[in-house]
Amino acid sequence: MRLTPTFFIQLFNPSPQIQVRKISFVYFKNLLEYIHNFQYINNHIVPKNSNISLKKAGGVTLEDVVLELNDLHTHFFTDSGEVPAVDGVSIKLHKGEVVGIVGESGCGKSVTSLSVMQLIPKPPGKIVGGEILYKGENLAEASEKRMRKIRGNSIAMIFQEPMTSLDPLFTIGNQLIEGIRLHEKINKKEANERAIQMLHQVGIPRAKEVIDEYPHQLSGGMRQRVMIAMAMALNPEVLIADEPTTALDVTIQAQILDLMKNLNKENDTSIMLITHDLGVVSEICDRVVVMYSGQVVEEGTVREIIKDPQHPYTKGLIRSLPKLNEREQKLYSIPGTVMKPSMEQVGCRFASRCEFAFDRCFKANPELYSLGEDRKSRCFLHDEEKGVEEFANADLRS
Amino acid sequence: MPTPILEVKKLKKYFDITGGVLGKKLGEVKAVDDVSFSVNEGEILGIVGESGCGKSTTGKALLRLIEPTDGEVFFEEQNIINISDEEMRKLRKDMQIIFQDPYASLNPRHTVEKIISEPLLTHGMKSKEERQERVKELLEDVGLKAYHASRYPHQFSGGQRQRIGIARALANNPKLIVCDEPVSALDVSVQSQILNLMEKLRNKYNLTYLFIAHDLSVVKHISDRVGVMYLGGMVELTTKDQLYEDPKHPYTQALLSAVPITDPDEQQERIILEGDVPSPSNPPSGCPFHTRCPMAMDVCKEIKPEFKEVEDQHFVACHLYE
Repeated sequence: MRLTPTFFIQLFNPSPQIQVRKISFVYFKNLLEYIHNFQYINNHIVPKNSNISLKKAGGVTLEDVVLELNDLHTHFFTDSGEVPAVDGVSIKLHKGEVVGIVGESGCGKSVTSLSVMQLIPKPPGKIVGGEILYKGENLAEASEKRMRKIRGNSIAMIFQEPMTSLDPLFTIGNQLIEGIRLHEKINKKEANERAIQMLHQVGIPRAKEVIDEYPHQLSGGMRQRVMIAMAMALNPEVLIADEPTTALDVTIQAQILDLMKNLNKENDTSIMLITHDLGVVSEICDRVVVMYSGQVVEEGTVREIIKDPQHPYTKGLIRSLPKLNEREQKLYSIPGTVMKPSMEQVGCRFASRCEFAFDRCFKANPELYSLGEDRKSRCFLHDEEKGVEEFANADLRS
Repeated sequence: MPTPILEVKKLKKYFDITGGVLGKKLGEVKAVDDVSFSVNEGEILGIVGESGCGKSTTGKALLRLIEPTDGEVFFEEQNIINISDEEMRKLRKDMQIIFQDPYASLNPRHTVEKIISEPLLTHGMKSKEERQERVKELLEDVGLKAYHASRYPHQFSGGQRQRIGIARALANNPKLIVCDEPVSALDVSVQSQILNLMEKLRNKYNLTYLFIAHDLSVVKHISDRVGVMYLGGMVELTTKDQLYEDPKHPYTQALLSAVPITDPDEQQERIILEGDVPSPSNPPSGCPFHTRCPMAMDVCKEIKPEFKEVEDQHFVACHLYE
């Protein structure tokens, strides 16, 4: 349509023909949008983004689990042999849930998160077994092209060191817009506005100026906020945060945790939080998975893990924390150091440091015993048939 | 009244900012600005603060590893700021330091034996046999084995390396050890081992520690008295129990409330501070904390509060307590 004077006249005083066309177009558009807002699951039509959980709508909770790791094995093939960094890890992440993965350095928690995003350096790393199910799709077998679509759009990640994960040669705006424009067809101006809005949302003052600044001009807390803004820009369903507050000071950490809590509540984003700090975990998480030497050793709600730990490692970890509100003379400490995972390992990974270890612990690796709904512990002490009995015998002998 | 082994009076350390072709001085960073405190014999004084508050610089300046700009430091009643480097070197026999990063503070090309025996040689233990004997003794003291002496640092884990660092500091039976974030780089289960070791050694050799850390729960566990620093200045200093039960300064209150608590039943209302720590090259006028302080008054913007005793053994720098 040309911009002739008649066009403008028509615009303000449209002929009935144009009006009809407009109405029908708007009508169909609305109808399409309306239909698009519903989804069909298990013979039920359920509105998308509704707060009605699918459990209540009837049917299996298939959609409820957003991300599921199923017996994941990620190994590194190094010159000195094969290292099973992640050795049979199964984790479920439900919609709107915050799951903490806790463990000491080298326990495989970061490798687990990198495996989900397919960011493991190959070689030497390789996912040798198991599934990573994102809404039923196995990401372990997804092509690189497909992964590009998923990264940032559906699953986003925040890294530990905000300085090393931002490019020092590009402005904040550049880096934010790159991600947005890669996934959505919008022009630069719109993307720019979106970026400013995101920076506002994560609590950055003077967002309009910050967008033209370089990473070195921002403080650590601000950089981490930019990282979060970047991760949240496309409204992902899953956010993986790998030690997001470890490099920050406590007062800044409190700000960032607060921000993540809000994002989780407002957007219903599921968060997988990787950390070594049990304080952070009890602050923000719903459920906790404790890892040791590449394996899950215990799983439960925050309250269960902290108030009533079952696995000897978790018990030791919690007892060895200096506490602000208690006074004790001597700290408990777990003897020895973390063993590197190796292929030759037989028996329980923790046995050599465990005060309860008995013969069986050195001969076979215990399975994850279920202690109730979503409550698991990898220890022979929970084997009601054999474990305790043998433990009692071992006790008598010593 | 216990005798102070170390007294720091109005210690200042300014770093110059230079620029241009001729390296002209453009300004200065007031890393440590007017800090005074004393450490009694046999006690552990903890110093906490966020990154950039000048706590590490304080530790290094009072050992003269960085030359302080101004102020006085008395070690056993001797002013060590004006003495010569040679005399200072001799004095360092009694004052030692443990560094934060056990990976960076040990020479990768030296064996553990060489690392630990170097201070022994510097301070006049000439016989090789004697030194070897002492190294063995020290390694056993810090929970390592005598055969570790011939190994190199890379063969040890983080916790073991920190033990080597401690053994090196202990070599000449010092009286005071400045511990600059000794456990921050370690995992929780190893951290508690090192903390226990440090307490054991203190009791055994009657050591005095100046324990610098950013982790409030660690400092609480180990210290007798605690000082809190903010932007180059000390804002509060008192006994451990006073500080954690009745913090006076708004910054200390915010800092304590920001620590995540492990117990889900004891979650408390937290004071979340707005904004960031201001740059020490351009500190705010008046009280350095007034830009983030939830209780700031008009007077805070203009006059810097004095650091003085408001209760018995409780020093605070805040206008609220005047």
